[in-house]
Amino acid sequence: MQLGPFDYAVWLVGFLLETYVVVCSCARKDFFRYFSLNLYMLMVALVTFGQYHCIREYGFSSHAYFYYFYYSDSLLYILMYFVIIHFYQQVFVEMKVSRYIRGAAVLLLAATALFSYIVVHEHKDHFTARFVVELEQNLNFVGVVLIYLLWGAILKLRETRTRLIQLVLALGISYSAMAGSYALRNLFPDVHVVRWVPPIVGVWLPLAWAYTFTKVSEQARLATARLAVGTR
Amino acid sequence: MITASLIFVISLATLLQFSISHCRSILASSRKVGLSDRVREVAGIAEPNNMGADDFQRLLELVRLCPERGDDQSEIRAVGTYYGALYLVGRACRSLIPSIADWAERERQSCSYFAAVALDRRISYSRDLLTQQSGDRF
Repeated sequence: MQLGPFDYAVWLVGFLLETYVVVCSCARKDFFRYFSLNLYMLMVALVTFGQYHCIREYGFSSHAYFYYFYYSDSLLYILMYFVIIHFYQQVFVEMKVSRYIRGAAVLLLAATALFSYIVVHEHKDHFTARFVVELEQNLNFVGVVLIYLLWGAILKLRETRTRLIQLVLALGISYSAMAGSYALRNLFPDVHVVRWVPPIVGVWLPLAWAYTFTKVSEQARLATARLAVGTR
Repeated sequence: MITASLIFVISLATLLQFSISHCRSILASSRKVGLSDRVREVAGIAEPNNMGADDFQRLLELVRLCPERGDDQSEIRAVGTYYGALYLVGRACRSLIPSIADWAERERQSCSYFAAVALDRRISYSRDLLTQQSGDRF
């Protein structure tokens, strides 16, 4: 299977946006305020660059690319969990429960890692694309659940920081779309259209975050009650 | 199979909810802004608090007639997409689930208000440009 100009365009746009988020954050002196987010974006940019190199060197259908893609993706999931935990800490900052959040996060991460290890160990003789898709679907779904709980806390605590709210919502959209597309791919492995969704969704997150960092100031506030679906 | 189906349905529901809330967070920034008399006159807005849901396209055309500010394009595009989706939802649910159609109508009104605020900003920008150019000339 060969990649076309559209694939490369999506890739390039994604890479540029990921870099832009980090540069923009540095320029506004927000790098350390959103350290885990910036670290994640930086790593995603590096992984994207590595993917390009891997494809050029070994080809899209090679085993090297297959393993590189899914292993780097798994590592990015770990980093993404840190981003979510960072958002939790920001939302609960006034309740001074950082220690408990960190503890719960480490426990969750260990549980996910253990679960993934057991599943991979069970399937080590037939580590197929189908199995990997299933694992990705589950990891993404854990992310959806975590962000949904966070969103519930934001609404309940009447969080007003626009920037934080938009960053969380963008992440929620990204995770939901990813989990949904992997589930669809799991249900219908032969439908090729679904394969386009993850790369496009991959562009959404840096795009939305770039928008938030550029347009929404740290001081911007909004009434959270207006954001809940069904309210006027 | 069952797990994948369940994950798909739940993800779709959360995707919808997050997307709507994200669009609302963009719209929320315009709610705090009052409309100037100038934009009311230009766009023929009698009551800013009760704008028509169908005014959005007309206001957007007026926005496009003004010089671009360069910093509102992405917001306008995002809200335009949201408006389009709401229009489809409203039409689909009009006879089946009227409460959802009513909700979509209210959301479209918010989009219209957003477009009016964008128009107001662009008109102010045009006037500033004109003033600046006149100042440069003298």
